[in-house]
Amino acid sequence: MPKVKVDGVELEVPAGATVLQACEMAGKEIPRFCYHERLSIAGNCRMCLVEVKPGPPKPQASCALPASEGQEIRTDSEMVKKAREGVMEFLLINHPLDCPICDQGGECDLQDQSVAYGRGSSRYHEHKRAVTEKYMGPLIKTVMTRCIQCTRCVRFSEEIAGVDEIGALYRGENMQISTYLEKASTHELSANVIDLCPVGALTSRPYAFEARPWELKKTISIDVSDAIGSNIRVDARGREAMRILPRVNDDVNEEWLSDKGRYMVDGLSKRRLDRPFIRLDGKLKAVSWDEALAAVAKIAPGNSIAAVAGDLVDVETMYAAKKLLSGLGSSVLEGRQTGLAYNTANLAAVNFNSGLAGIESADAILIVGSHVRWEAAVLNARLRKAVKHGAKVFIIGPEWETTYPAEFLGSDASVLNALPAHVWSALQGAKRPALIIGGAGLAKGALEAGLAISEQLGFVRTLEDGSVWNGFNVLHMAASRMGGLLLGYAQKGGINDVAAAKPKLLLSLGADEVDYTKFADSMIVYVGHHGDKGAHAADVILPASAFTEKAGIYVNTEGRVQFAEKAVFAPGDAREDWAILRAIAQVLNVNVGFDSFDELRSALFAEYPALLVDGGLIDFGPLPTGVSGSAAGEIAYPIKDFYLTNPIARASETLARCSAELLHGSQPQAEAAE
Amino acid sequence: MADRHIYPDSPELRARWGNFAWTEANAAKAKEIVARYPEGRQRSASMPLLDLAQRQVGAETGTQGWLPIPVMEYVANYLDMPIIRVVEVATFYTMYNLVPVGKFHVQVCGTTPCMLRGSDDLISVCKAKKMPTGGVSEDGLWTFTEVECMGNCSSAPMVQINDDNYEDLTAERFEGILDALARGESPKTGTQEPGRHTVEPVGALSSLTAMVNENHDYRGEW
Repeated sequence: MPKVKVDGVELEVPAGATVLQACEMAGKEIPRFCYHERLSIAGNCRMCLVEVKPGPPKPQASCALPASEGQEIRTDSEMVKKAREGVMEFLLINHPLDCPICDQGGECDLQDQSVAYGRGSSRYHEHKRAVTEKYMGPLIKTVMTRCIQCTRCVRFSEEIAGVDEIGALYRGENMQISTYLEKASTHELSANVIDLCPVGALTSRPYAFEARPWELKKTISIDVSDAIGSNIRVDARGREAMRILPRVNDDVNEEWLSDKGRYMVDGLSKRRLDRPFIRLDGKLKAVSWDEALAAVAKIAPGNSIAAVAGDLVDVETMYAAKKLLSGLGSSVLEGRQTGLAYNTANLAAVNFNSGLAGIESADAILIVGSHVRWEAAVLNARLRKAVKHGAKVFIIGPEWETTYPAEFLGSDASVLNALPAHVWSALQGAKRPALIIGGAGLAKGALEAGLAISEQLGFVRTLEDGSVWNGFNVLHMAASRMGGLLLGYAQKGGINDVAAAKPKLLLSLGADEVDYTKFADSMIVYVGHHGDKGAHAADVILPASAFTEKAGIYVNTEGRVQFAEKAVFAPGDAREDWAILRAIAQVLNVNVGFDSFDELRSALFAEYPALLVDGGLIDFGPLPTGVSGSAAGEIAYPIKDFYLTNPIARASETLARCSAELLHGSQPQAEAAE
Repeated sequence: MADRHIYPDSPELRARWGNFAWTEANAAKAKEIVARYPEGRQRSASMPLLDLAQRQVGAETGTQGWLPIPVMEYVANYLDMPIIRVVEVATFYTMYNLVPVGKFHVQVCGTTPCMLRGSDDLISVCKAKKMPTGGVSEDGLWTFTEVECMGNCSSAPMVQINDDNYEDLTAERFEGILDALARGESPKTGTQEPGRHTVEPVGALSSLTAMVNENHDYRGEW
């Protein structure tokens, strides 16, 4: 624990800290471009220069200098001021002064730091260097003349994404950042380089010239594109959500966001259900709310009603629907739309128990039936970290391109029943063994077999440091899954039980993955926001709100409760889901026990106090013991197209283009000249 | 150097170089080069292997050689490393040719000592011989590149042609060398100054004269 002095103030810093970190601990702001907490240290922008004694009588790059005992660091001396001005001047030599037409304007590190630490005027009268644009795919727009060669994007794709595709070509003044042969960046986290870029070299292509940061209203929210529950910020102008950016949450998504979560935003304004419809003679007809609700009342289902929750709905919506059904005397609730029917008696057994952050410390990981890159892109970056720390990864399932060394054990789930000896001994010898069962594994009975292995090898154990390690994990794919399971949205036989019950009224809460042919005899009331599969099958459509248009609670795959806020209003006549369900209750003469959203939440919290804490983990208790079973069958991953897994994404032009270009190999669309 | 660029990818290029593979001799050499580095560090061999590949391309085309995209991909594949990392190396170092060159790659040093000693005349000779910058002359023999210091300042001006240096040049001497090369001869490499062997002083010593006969201690005279 070296003691250093920063601007005359003595403080103790952790061993291994850099001078830059020491300065930050002392509350000093150190300007930087290339340094980033989550990337390796490059030390090439030189903006973080400080004066350090003892040492050479010149400014030192603080990001790459270890703090050591007795250092006297100055961040406020004349030398430092001049050094920063000098570096700034050099950086601006080849940087175009095009801030007024640059999308980064207003949220640009170079702009801000130039104002704070620069000279104020230029002494450079020679020609500036210009660099041709580099094509990086449908998501990333490049203006490479603006690049200051910090190499954050290069380090991100190599270290975090694990896909070496961006590099620095040529050298010196001619150094250029490019992908190989200007191919599109293809991994699922590619757009994060836009956030990392400290200047306007890499900006968002779909968002180009759309809005300025100071026009936007920023609302905190939760990503619903997968079950990770990445923390996001919705930037809205007026009634339209313009873009989605990740927020920092070290427990969940660090500061990354999958491309799908980021770019499904333009799907929020396309193919929206903005007025009620009823089906007359096989055709949907736009009607008023009164007529639509009257149509629902006419069904008069009595207790022959069932509800199916979609992948994107919040806990409140599911709770309101549950109340409505229980008021009518039904408890036929289901959320696993595609027919999964795993045992949900003990929710600890279907939870990601090690935690998303915890999996990083695992040293042997067995993945059963999960295409992690597509099912939870952010988690895949964590697995890569674990492997970098020395973890071994084994995967049962069809091969996919991992971003770390991993061994595929075969695509038949029965491998789990008799693991190869070396896998068994690796798990047995591991300090923190972990098992991850994905949706495709659950479909083949891997849950019971996995629980048996977990019990046999003691995946739940107390470690030397006294903490408890629980390496039994289930990785879900739907944002609503854990919340739904908590509320009882699970029948013993899954959705087949719901079909078998032949409900008179099937309440579909944005359920767009259900095979509705099984419900030919039911009247389907669709409460959702997009004109997708659910709406096509519906008899009555009640337009609801997407995740950005309502406040809601989401429970992610590790059982973390997270609150999203309302960013914008729903379009047209669409209403918030809970209000629609309340209105249905009214016309069906049911008392659901709430008249406002606040009352709904109070009732919800009274029944499920675990949901009260934003960011808290729900304790599901211990894993079941004495479970046995065997897995069998060829594993087939449910996601066929990463970019088109939910109704919002399917409505998004950007993601449609990604899917066509990145997954199905169509030629890049020609860009109109700007 | 600002003109350096990767030769564009095209079906013709792929057809010509797509099936590039080490010759038997080079395969053995490549194996030996990779073996120089510790296990798991094969990437370190990317530079010598790129050089080997360039020479093999040179042997096949009768030139100094260059690195077409499929050849770089072959090297990346051989070392099991991402192609972009190989391209980074190849584009960084100017000794890797990214575009086709002639049989003789004439690299004239134009840095200060050579310039003061008359490198401009050498460049004029190249121009007169119609050597294109960064391209290949019509007869396929010449490629001209002006380069920065090659470390032969005491025998300036100098020119590097393929693997050999020619120093102490004048326009006439340089022309003679170029003509000899064009005739297929192998002119003397190194200094062209009659009576000079390497970079020893030309004529009498002008400094450290006391050192000629004994190991003189100058320290007292500073």
